[in-house]
Amino acid sequence: MVEWQIDNDRPVYTQLVEQMERAVASGVFGPGQRLPGVREMAAEAGVNPNTMQRALQALEQTGLVHAKRTSGRFVTEDRELILTLRKRQAESLTGRWVRDMRALGCDGEEIDRYYRQVREAEDGNDLKV
Amino acid sequence: METILKCSGLTKRYSGSLPVLRELNLSLQGGKIAGLLGPNGSGKTTLIKLAAGLLTPDGGAIEIDGQAPGIETKAKVSYLPERDTLPGWMRAGENVAYYADFFEDFDRAKAGEMLRELGIDPAMRLRTMSKGTREKVQLILAMSRKARLYLLDEPIGGVDPAARDYILTTIIQNYSEEAAVVISTHLIADVEKVLDEAIFLSGGQVALQMGVDELREERGMGVDAVFREVFRC
Repeated sequence: MVEWQIDNDRPVYTQLVEQMERAVASGVFGPGQRLPGVREMAAEAGVNPNTMQRALQALEQTGLVHAKRTSGRFVTEDRELILTLRKRQAESLTGRWVRDMRALGCDGEEIDRYYRQVREAEDGNDLKV
Repeated sequence: METILKCSGLTKRYSGSLPVLRELNLSLQGGKIAGLLGPNGSGKTTLIKLAAGLLTPDGGAIEIDGQAPGIETKAKVSYLPERDTLPGWMRAGENVAYYADFFEDFDRAKAGEMLRELGIDPAMRLRTMSKGTREKVQLILAMSRKARLYLLDEPIGGVDPAARDYILTTIIQNYSEEAAVVISTHLIADVEKVLDEAIFLSGGQVALQMGVDELREERGMGVDAVFREVFRC
């Protein structure tokens, strides 16, 4: 299940594309997996069906999903493409975090230190769960 | 896509007052869900009542599927009034039967399913229900029709947030290429995700009609925020 999170400032369409990309990159929708129908996905995300349709068409343009005439839409089986997408997302997330840390006045060494410290604490939490 | 609702030069005044609608032009296509938005007194309910055939224009024209409102359009326009109109002595289930008798396009099974999903007992009389529950019954009746045009006047005003989500999902799932939906509401932030278009009424005219995503793109903010800016008091 995709945990749709649509905010009220940016175009819904853009947010749907981003969140679908995230879902494919993280494997919520696996390679070759069949997607639910447009209406079902729209209802799940609580958005207009035409907007969901537009977002899925945009994903078709990039090759991330493809439509088979009678049987619906499927996630690409091209693992290279999915890995590239995942890499781009990881870089973008990391980039955002690094810029925030710099804005806070942290230098490279501090950023590394906080990163390690927090990651170890998070890993510890995960183990407890 | 076909035009379902069309207003040209539409004017309406109530006796002795300034016109509520002044030569209003508007066109709405099939497959679209439109939000009819505007401050109090901007003419939202008047426009909806004209489309529903409950009022007659003083000037200009309004057409549904190319026809002036009348018996034929009432068979394909599903209207949800902003206030209670159902008799209080009736039970929810009796209302379903009543609607099924009146409207050929009414889907009884669907109405029964929605009553169940919202936990409304068909044997319950309307006057013993809370205001919110009565509103849900009215909405179920309106949405159980397979209409060409749905006119929903403040459909979510009185119901709790969980029921709001259910109602909006119901509207989305009812969506079809052949039908158009007009939702008038003050709760813009709650509905804007399900809208194709926002229609702003101001001074009895359409001040803006625009795709929600185009509006967000252009202004960098949501419809609710734009509304607050445009109509700041």
